[in-house]
Amino acid sequence: MYNPTVARLTYRAVLGRRRAAILFILPALLLAISVAVRSFNGVDDQIAANVLGGFAIAAMVPLIGVIAGTGSIAPEIDDGSIVYLLSKPVKRSSIIFTKLIVAIAVTMVFSAVPTLIAGYILNGNGQQIAIAYTVAALVASIAYSALFLLLGTVSRNAVVIGLIYALGWEAFFGTLVPGARTLSVQQWALALAEDIGGEGLIGSDVGLPVAVVLLSVVTVAATWYAGQKLRVLKLAGEE
Amino acid sequence: MTAITIDHTSRWFGNVVAVNDVSMTIGPGVTGLLGPNGAGKSTLINMMGGFLAPSTGTVTLDGQPIWRNESVYRQIGVVPEREAMYDFLTGREFVLANAELHGLGAKQAQAALATVEMEYAQDRKISTYSKGMRQRVKMASALVHDPSVLLLDEPFNGMDPRQRMQLMDLLRRMGAAGRTVLFSSHILEEVEQLASHIEVIVAGRHAASGDFRRIRRLMTDRPHRYLVRSSDDRALAAALIADPSTAGIEVDLAEGALRIQAVDFGRFTQLLPKVAREHSIRLLTVSPSDESLESVFSYLVTA
Repeated sequence: MYNPTVARLTYRAVLGRRRAAILFILPALLLAISVAVRSFNGVDDQIAANVLGGFAIAAMVPLIGVIAGTGSIAPEIDDGSIVYLLSKPVKRSSIIFTKLIVAIAVTMVFSAVPTLIAGYILNGNGQQIAIAYTVAALVASIAYSALFLLLGTVSRNAVVIGLIYALGWEAFFGTLVPGARTLSVQQWALALAEDIGGEGLIGSDVGLPVAVVLLSVVTVAATWYAGQKLRVLKLAGEE
Repeated sequence: MTAITIDHTSRWFGNVVAVNDVSMTIGPGVTGLLGPNGAGKSTLINMMGGFLAPSTGTVTLDGQPIWRNESVYRQIGVVPEREAMYDFLTGREFVLANAELHGLGAKQAQAALATVEMEYAQDRKISTYSKGMRQRVKMASALVHDPSVLLLDEPFNGMDPRQRMQLMDLLRRMGAAGRTVLFSSHILEEVEQLASHIEVIVAGRHAASGDFRRIRRLMTDRPHRYLVRSSDDRALAAALIADPSTAGIEVDLAEGALRIQAVDFGRFTQLLPKVAREHSIRLLTVSPSDESLESVFSYLVTA
């Protein structure tokens, strides 16, 4: 299923574009905030949880997911260079699967790893907060990558739609409408973090079993559908 | 022997019909797909390359449907018209990636780069390549698995005359080796120089097929034009006009020749030498002046 050549091309495409700067800027910002918070406030579990939940999980992970998920396929579809992958005896599903693995790896490296480091800077993993949010970031990386990879396959405006979802739905709308929070990757991931972290510090609107089921279903369904869309992707129409 | 068969195939985009009930078979040798811009050539090539589903009809490779069938790419090599490639790679990396996707390696990639004479620039980034260089690397990527069918969409665009000659030579050799080579073009000279067999597409319809000189002869409703020089043009003209196979003769003083319009091709070609002999006129030049692909094409387009 995993095609190393497709992976190599995808890594270079995702990390080689100017957009990739965001991949470095957001984690750097998180670490800078963490260092500042720690030096002004000292160790505070609640503040640590607020920073990781409010910035790392609510904003950084979905944004990096958008860059990595859409970036691993949308530019190739946009400029038509994907024709060089499609004109090969390689299964479409294995192209999508490989790109998903790349998107997940990139999202994890640029979101979960900094989250872990930030957690240790903020309170030295007191109350398991660093680990809890890192697990949330890892799990969210998988679901976001699958969702945004699908988005990159079906829409030419994948980045814009991705940003609207990541910032609008996950971060803003979710705080106003309680129902919307049930359908949020962020809340599903936080359900796992809630289970790991210290009592009362991390909250989620979704129960753990529901979160695990929804995360799995979304990831598998999005990946499968992206594979289907790629099979019938039309490259023509420019005449 | 590998052939692509298009059977009663149409393709429309919304209300626009791009390809209208076309049937043709592309077999071994070099075939030129000719048509004005926007005639439906790219749509047709995209269907043959498996990048577009026919709205109706079928497009098959030796009986196998091409649409949604990845296995056909073991036999098909595609050179797309679009410029976009993986610009951040070097030429060598790009062709190697294409080889690997076929389950091949560096050896085949190097051979393909040698075939298109791009070894000298293989370690430069594609983003620094000229249009002709890009075109040749695209060719290398399509040739890397030694395909029996090669589909090229406007391959000569942006090439300088020397590169054009080289590519034509390469395609000619591939055709002579029994491969099925199909290229599209809207430039008549390109098609005329490279392909004796042409398929003409005009406004989405299959307008003609075959050797273009034969296509011309089948156009019986168009008088055939000849340029004739002889030892006595006026005597020849007088003798020819008496026969019903000749519709008109003009004495072109500037050229020092006769411009003859013949309505009956077969009869005229027998008549001309006979009349000349009977009147002891020496024929110096007899050349068909509208049997070039250009005139055939303009007849088809304006028909």
